[in-house]
Amino acid sequence: MQQMAKHHDHGHGHDHDHGHEEHEQLKVLGFWIFVVTDCILFGSLFATYAVMMHSFAGGPTGKEMFELPGIIASTFILLTSSFTSGLAVLAMNKGKVKEMISWLAVTALLGLAFVVLEVNEFAHLMHEGVTMGTSGFWSAFFTLVGTHGLHVSVGLFWMVALMIQLKRRGITPVTRRKVTNLSLYWHFLDVVWIFLFTVVYLMGVM
Amino acid sequence: MWENIKEFASTFFVTGDPLIYGADVSIALTMVAIVFVLTKYKKWGWLWREWLTTVDHKRIGIMYLIASLLMLFRGGVDALLMRLQLAFPNVEFLHSDHYNAIFTTHGTIMILFMAMPMMFGLFNMVVPLQLGARDVAYPFLNALSFWLFMLGAMLFNLSFVIGGSPDAGWLSYPPLSQNDFSPGPGQNFWIWGIQISGIGSLATGINFIVTILKMRAPGMKLSQMPLFSWSVLSSSIMIIFAFPILTVTIALLFLDRFAGAHFFTMDGGGNPMMYLNLIWMWGHPEVYIVVVPAFGIFSEVVATFSRKKIFGYKSMVWALMAIAVLSFFTWAHHFFTMGTSASVIAFFAISTMVIAIPTGVKVFNWLFTMFRGRISFKQPMLWTIAFIPCFLVGGATGVMLAVAPADYQYHNSYFLIAHFHQVLIGGVVFGYLAGIYYWWPKLFGFKLDEKLGKWGFWFWNIGFYVCFMPQYALGFMGMTRRYYTYGWDRGWADMNLISTVGAFMMGIGFLFQVWQIAYSIKHGERDTTGDPWDARTLEWSIPSPAPFYNFAVVPTVKDADDWWATKQAKANGTHKEEPVHLEPIHMPKNSGIPFIMSLFWFMVGFGFTFGWVWIAVLGFIGVAVCMWVRSFQYDTDYYVPVDEVRRTEASLGRVL
Repeated sequence: MQQMAKHHDHGHGHDHDHGHEEHEQLKVLGFWIFVVTDCILFGSLFATYAVMMHSFAGGPTGKEMFELPGIIASTFILLTSSFTSGLAVLAMNKGKVKEMISWLAVTALLGLAFVVLEVNEFAHLMHEGVTMGTSGFWSAFFTLVGTHGLHVSVGLFWMVALMIQLKRRGITPVTRRKVTNLSLYWHFLDVVWIFLFTVVYLMGVM
Repeated sequence: MWENIKEFASTFFVTGDPLIYGADVSIALTMVAIVFVLTKYKKWGWLWREWLTTVDHKRIGIMYLIASLLMLFRGGVDALLMRLQLAFPNVEFLHSDHYNAIFTTHGTIMILFMAMPMMFGLFNMVVPLQLGARDVAYPFLNALSFWLFMLGAMLFNLSFVIGGSPDAGWLSYPPLSQNDFSPGPGQNFWIWGIQISGIGSLATGINFIVTILKMRAPGMKLSQMPLFSWSVLSSSIMIIFAFPILTVTIALLFLDRFAGAHFFTMDGGGNPMMYLNLIWMWGHPEVYIVVVPAFGIFSEVVATFSRKKIFGYKSMVWALMAIAVLSFFTWAHHFFTMGTSASVIAFFAISTMVIAIPTGVKVFNWLFTMFRGRISFKQPMLWTIAFIPCFLVGGATGVMLAVAPADYQYHNSYFLIAHFHQVLIGGVVFGYLAGIYYWWPKLFGFKLDEKLGKWGFWFWNIGFYVCFMPQYALGFMGMTRRYYTYGWDRGWADMNLISTVGAFMMGIGFLFQVWQIAYSIKHGERDTTGDPWDARTLEWSIPSPAPFYNFAVVPTVKDADDWWATKQAKANGTHKEEPVHLEPIHMPKNSGIPFIMSLFWFMVGFGFTFGWVWIAVLGFIGVAVCMWVRSFQYDTDYYVPVDEVRRTEASLGRVL
């Protein structure tokens, strides 16, 4: 703080704020590259799933076990949450903190509902005796779907942290960058889910 | 109770081998000595403030360098133990199990815990300076990368004395690496050591891509960027595409072992060949990830010590980028014998041979740079000149291996062993050593002694050929890799003995280098100019060792080899001194979180290694808390006032 004060005496204050904002931009670029690596991560898991698609080893198939109504419900929940996270960003651009936090809260609740539904689905499958160890197919299924669910859960954790920060600090270049990255992450998970829904569930019951 | 403790200890600690007991004692003594010295000289605070919490890329680079040299020592000792065992037929020095563990740890350590950190060390020591930047794009993340690597490496090395070493080969192919054949914690150490350090490597890749794309000094176009930075960009692009595959692959292997999944098992619909495909989709780019920065180093060294602009700059850049793309299309050449269709094999055979083209372009460019140059044979240049023939032969035998029908003959023989050691030692190690000799003065402010270095150089070089040329022949004579002993009737005795002699010569070379470093700390030629080699790029325009903020004034770049152009202009009298305008410098604050968070990751790995899930859960909670705390920190940077910059520069002999 002292250094900041001294520095204002020199009259370069404006430059420094500018530097800060530039640095925040840098972090958005880095996050994009992180999303690229996450794409590769999911790509590898999808490839694994494709190889294991018919490795039932005499056990139950996806067609026998999947219950689409619940999956369709969670699909719509996640898609809606992506929309509401977009609304939060729009509110941010308008500078309305309260509206923004509320939309983020809606997004988080929808995300939570998605995770709960997924945990339910897994619990149901395990109750029916289908686990990771049932066959190659189910190993790949639980890993791919579970990794996505884990990503959503991490996103929730992050979202809660950001809502607190927004409440305390309002919209600053730093919180703005953080929310931008979070919404990028959230949309990305949405896109992954669309592929997942198609490849795992729709193709699985066909 | 006592019985329980005894039983636990006998499985927890590795027992039954005098070599291990010796190691136990030496590790304990070293730790006691470190604690004693730090306490006696009251250095704990210094250690914490200056090193454990630092976010300065130069210090992080130095820590990478020290860690990699230690790992080079350990991997080298592994190699010498193997060579002792194979020196004569029927030697009873190592048991087969112990031999298996040693070749596994040798390979894993040399690639992942020696080559990778030495490479990251060079990235850190050089790239921001070369770009005219004050740090990397994300200094905090950079520190986190280092500590993740360090604690991953420590977890892996712990297996030597606790729980037992992994022994299923450096890439741990299933089904051998599955629970049925490798029960116990050894394999888990392998998985978690690599997993934790791999996350760090991925983050470093992202960090340096952004640094290179966004942090260059004003005026420096990509087409003027020094070739080492280009090679780092190429390598980092490969890292971000390859490392997620590694993360997934070993996570799946872990799920097989821990949760009874059936990805790579023999039963339950699993497919072990899928592991080979996945691991080599990472593994092949990985060898290019480590060798490409070496190419960058040679490009800098050749130009500097030939006093010429690098020949064919554009073709060099194209070659680097072509290698980055092609490296992802060759993975199946590691298992031509898998038995896929002829067209698949043909594709991978040809794509492998195609890589020789950009590499050949680079070799010719280095040669043409030297042509009619005024070459001075300083240490960095010696290693560069030694590299060219060595890599040429290694590359040529690589093309021989790429000939798929012939590969059925060489596959997994000592011919292969000789080939990849030739490209990895002749390419990567020689390259990194050249880089270390070249940039050492910039980091530490003194040169490494020439005379001792030359002893080291000749021992390494002659030792290399004595060690590995016989192995090509052994391959043709039918010796396959991972034999732990052989009989007199095989006719392999002479060649193996020669090879062992060569390996020990390389070991002596390394000792000379250790001596050289120790000697030079006291007696090395001090670098007072900041430009001891009369070099060409920006890092040589600032004092040695570089001040913590690197550049007092961020330079404006007009030319490729900008520092050289400036020096020429000064000599011609056409240089216009721009008035110096100092401003407060924006710097990141130190942070203990990277170190602490990595300790928690270590807990995660350790817990899963022994199946003590509660420790792993505690570790995960710790990681989450660290991330939470970091997210709430807003006061993460500060400004260095102008007076301090002026004082620091004056103490380094520069008046502004």
